[in-house]
Amino acid sequence: MFSPSSGNTVIKSKLIGRRMFLLTAAKAIVTFGIIGRLVSLQINERTKYKTLSDKNRFREWKLAPERGVIRDFFDKEIASNQQVYQVHLIPENSKDIEKLFVRLKTILNITEKKLFYLRRVIAKQKPWEPIIVSDNITWSEFSRLNLFLHELEGVKPIVSVARMYPDNSSAHILGYVSQVSAKDLQTKKYLKDLHVPGMSIGKTGLERKLDEEIIGKIGFQRYEVNAYGKRIKQILINEGQAGKSFKTTLDFEVQKFTSELIKDKAAAVCVMDVYNGDIISLVSSPTFEPNEFVHGLDKKYWNSLIKNEMKPLTNKAIAGLYPPGSTIKTLVALSALENGVIKPLDTFKCEGKIELYGEKFHCWEKDGHGIVNLRKGIQRSCDVYFYEVARKLGVDRLSETAKKFGLGKKVLNGFIEERAGVVPNTKWKKKFIGQNWYLGETLHSGIGQGYFQSTPLQLCLMTAQIANGGFEIKPRIIFDKKNNNLREYIKYKNENPNDPLPTDLLVSNFELKPLFKNQEHINLIKDAMFSSSNEPGGTSYRHRWENKKFTFAGKTGSSQIKRFTEAQREAEVKQESLPYKDRDHALFVAYAPYSDPKYAISVLVEHGGSGGKAAAPIAKKVIKKVLERHELRERIDSLLGEQV
Amino acid sequence: MFRARSIQSSLSIKDKIISIDYILVISIFILGLTSILAMYSTDGGEFKYHTKSHILRFFVFFGMFLTLSFIQIRFWHSQSYLIYILFFVLLLGVKYFGLTSSGSKRWLDLYFMNLQPSELMKVGLILFLAKYYHRTSIENLNRVRYLFLPIVVLIAPVILVATQPDLGTALLIAAGGLTVAWLAGVRVKFFAISGLAFLALLPIAISFLKPYQKSRILTFLNPERDPLGAGYQIIQSKIAIGSGGLFGKGFLQGSQSYLDYLPEKHTDFIFTLFSEEFGFFGSLFILLLYAIIVWRIIKIGNVTRSNFGKLFCYGFGTAFFIYVVVNMMMVLGLLPIVGSPLPILSYGGSSMMAIMLGLGIVMSCKVYKDTPVN
Repeated sequence: MFSPSSGNTVIKSKLIGRRMFLLTAAKAIVTFGIIGRLVSLQINERTKYKTLSDKNRFREWKLAPERGVIRDFFDKEIASNQQVYQVHLIPENSKDIEKLFVRLKTILNITEKKLFYLRRVIAKQKPWEPIIVSDNITWSEFSRLNLFLHELEGVKPIVSVARMYPDNSSAHILGYVSQVSAKDLQTKKYLKDLHVPGMSIGKTGLERKLDEEIIGKIGFQRYEVNAYGKRIKQILINEGQAGKSFKTTLDFEVQKFTSELIKDKAAAVCVMDVYNGDIISLVSSPTFEPNEFVHGLDKKYWNSLIKNEMKPLTNKAIAGLYPPGSTIKTLVALSALENGVIKPLDTFKCEGKIELYGEKFHCWEKDGHGIVNLRKGIQRSCDVYFYEVARKLGVDRLSETAKKFGLGKKVLNGFIEERAGVVPNTKWKKKFIGQNWYLGETLHSGIGQGYFQSTPLQLCLMTAQIANGGFEIKPRIIFDKKNNNLREYIKYKNENPNDPLPTDLLVSNFELKPLFKNQEHINLIKDAMFSSSNEPGGTSYRHRWENKKFTFAGKTGSSQIKRFTEAQREAEVKQESLPYKDRDHALFVAYAPYSDPKYAISVLVEHGGSGGKAAAPIAKKVIKKVLERHELRERIDSLLGEQV
Repeated sequence: MFRARSIQSSLSIKDKIISIDYILVISIFILGLTSILAMYSTDGGEFKYHTKSHILRFFVFFGMFLTLSFIQIRFWHSQSYLIYILFFVLLLGVKYFGLTSSGSKRWLDLYFMNLQPSELMKVGLILFLAKYYHRTSIENLNRVRYLFLPIVVLIAPVILVATQPDLGTALLIAAGGLTVAWLAGVRVKFFAISGLAFLALLPIAISFLKPYQKSRILTFLNPERDPLGAGYQIIQSKIAIGSGGLFGKGFLQGSQSYLDYLPEKHTDFIFTLFSEEFGFFGSLFILLLYAIIVWRIIKIGNVTRSNFGKLFCYGFGTAFFIYVVVNMMMVLGLLPIVGSPLPILSYGGSSMMAIMLGLGIVMSCKVYKDTPVN
């Protein structure tokens, strides 16, 4: 049994050995395969995997920066920050979100709708990312929340800061902040690395213009986290950087005063320093409550805003377009003088209407003004006189002057809501309307009707540039000491028109650009405006200031909404008796004081009727307020001058 | 036959101790110490449950290995069918009295430890087939009727284990058995035929797979398919190994395992943890230890005279190699995650026990290398 199988056994051993050899070779190959894989993972791709490992390991929580504040000229905060109490929730820390919601509902005031929204956010976000349940709760709610905190797993009470506007008088110029929308993230590049849940950004006005700088730099906390998202330890904290604060040229007291004055009307008021272009006041009415936007707008309030026919959300001072009406007559006269079309003493007879090109053109004074020269034309705002001047001047030369004085283009920089308006001419009409210019339209343009469209701020700038002797200024709203020496410039030039500027005044690279050919023409216009406000028969004579300190020179205007029918004209229908929507817009521009111009003002009252009746009284009060505060402003200004 | 008996009986205790393969013993011991180090790291650098229990197991079973080395090779030969039957009964016991954990029934509660008979069966089947083919003459080897018994003893435990369900272990048991049969000289065509039969049955087998097993295979084919679900393990394991770089993140510094990104770090992914902390050179070190162990086992197979010893050593050595590479390829993303421990390094008493049993028999082949078995 044993011996025959002995040879058998040897053969078998050899067979086994042979097959083992094959296996060993296979093992060597597999082993080298594994080593190759190790080389590829641990040597060739180690950087990639190290990055991935760090990505696992570290997680960052962003910290919203504190928004910079906005101050007025006197360093009063007009857009400030306040402490707010918020409720945040980290979903993964809560065992049962639904149960938590039920409990939260009994403690806070949360609607079913809000819960629906929160559920959607939770489903979209990573479970460790905090969501904001409520971003502004009262102190009593906050303390109640803290009391029950032990049974609210995942809930974090947070004390944060949020935008707060002390007053709504400046709501339009300041704008408002609100939650970042998906569209904002798409369109605003600077938000790309900035976005933190719950962060507010500027949506309109200065808040929008300054957003990039005022928003600050985002901070973050870097934690080491485990696979379940639990924070193991804090690795790094970066507080971020609070946004830059800004000082503006606005005067909060004047803002409040003006806002109160026009609160029941759909109106706008602009006040500007005639030398350096500082905007002292820019108010639009009716206003809205900017604080309502900060913590998510109430739907009812929003609806009340957009349904209001007085359009409270529109900043009428820069985004409202109105025909300049008779306020343009100053420029029509100036343009005619500059182009040598008329002489100041050239006269024309106004009989209440004029018939030209087969059309009747009416003067607002049905009985006519009689013999009218330039001064009287402006003083009485005689339409027939200006039809004649415009006819001789032509619309193209008028448009040139109007553009030079700042009409038809945006005045400010970076306000998305600002509109440019229209200064019509023959080319413009061909291009935008596709028709030839009719001569009759020149006459309408001559009294600021027809295609003419301007904002109250543009009219204020126009007036300021007349008041300062005809020099170009660049309006501004952000305070800037360095470019503040224009006053000396212009005053020197006004007093010594023929001398070159002394070199010690040439501290700025600002070019002093005269808008006139002959400064005498500017003075003629200024004088005519004086007569309009301060001499009997002037359109705003009734609202003059006798006190030299406040005496202003102005020009009224009313821009027609609807043409009067012949029947209405015959019946001498008064503006007051028309339906609100059909009444003219009342306009008034002025500068003060007359003897030493400091400020220019423009007032618009939508559907207010005539400028003299509706707009001039407002201007009168605002002028007084502004001039009363002039000395204080001057003092601060000189103090700041020493600092710089 | 008489001469052989005399050689065996003439071995003194000293001879036996001298004849032990010390390179193998030392390699296993170093590997054991390394495993304790790794276990200590999985416990976050503290002597906690896993570390303590692993140390205990290693030393107990290492002692067992040394003791078993001195048991006569003849004993293993004569009792191998019985051992197989004992393990098979234990497997059946699992089916009826087993403990269920995370969806599968694999363990028997023996009060002092939870035994996983499927691990023991890895060695049991090799032992059975080594004896069977030792006894089968070369003429009969490829006769179809001599193939029945091997097929039955292979298929029966594999099906039992696969239905626990534990696909990984079932495949590894089958791999060990097939290796022995092939080494013994069974013709390749039989493997080809059974391979085809297996492929034919595959669709039916797939229908028996649990959803998680199907998902694992699909995930292996495309790990990014579901990065937070089934692919998560493979991705995190690759990140851990890759981020280890050349020299590793340092002992106890493996952030992937420390922060729990690594799944099953005590068991299947222990190599990943080691690789992350000790880098490429650490990985090579482990690979080298395993290579030495396999080399020594094969070498013992070369010197042992009986075909039973050769078949067992070659079979076990190859199976050991397969366990190692399957686990490594798994954590390196070269194979689907099937759940197979790394010999000695992984946490787990049954696996340690089975490996030490196998090594004990191998060492017995060395000590009694010239002793005929029958």
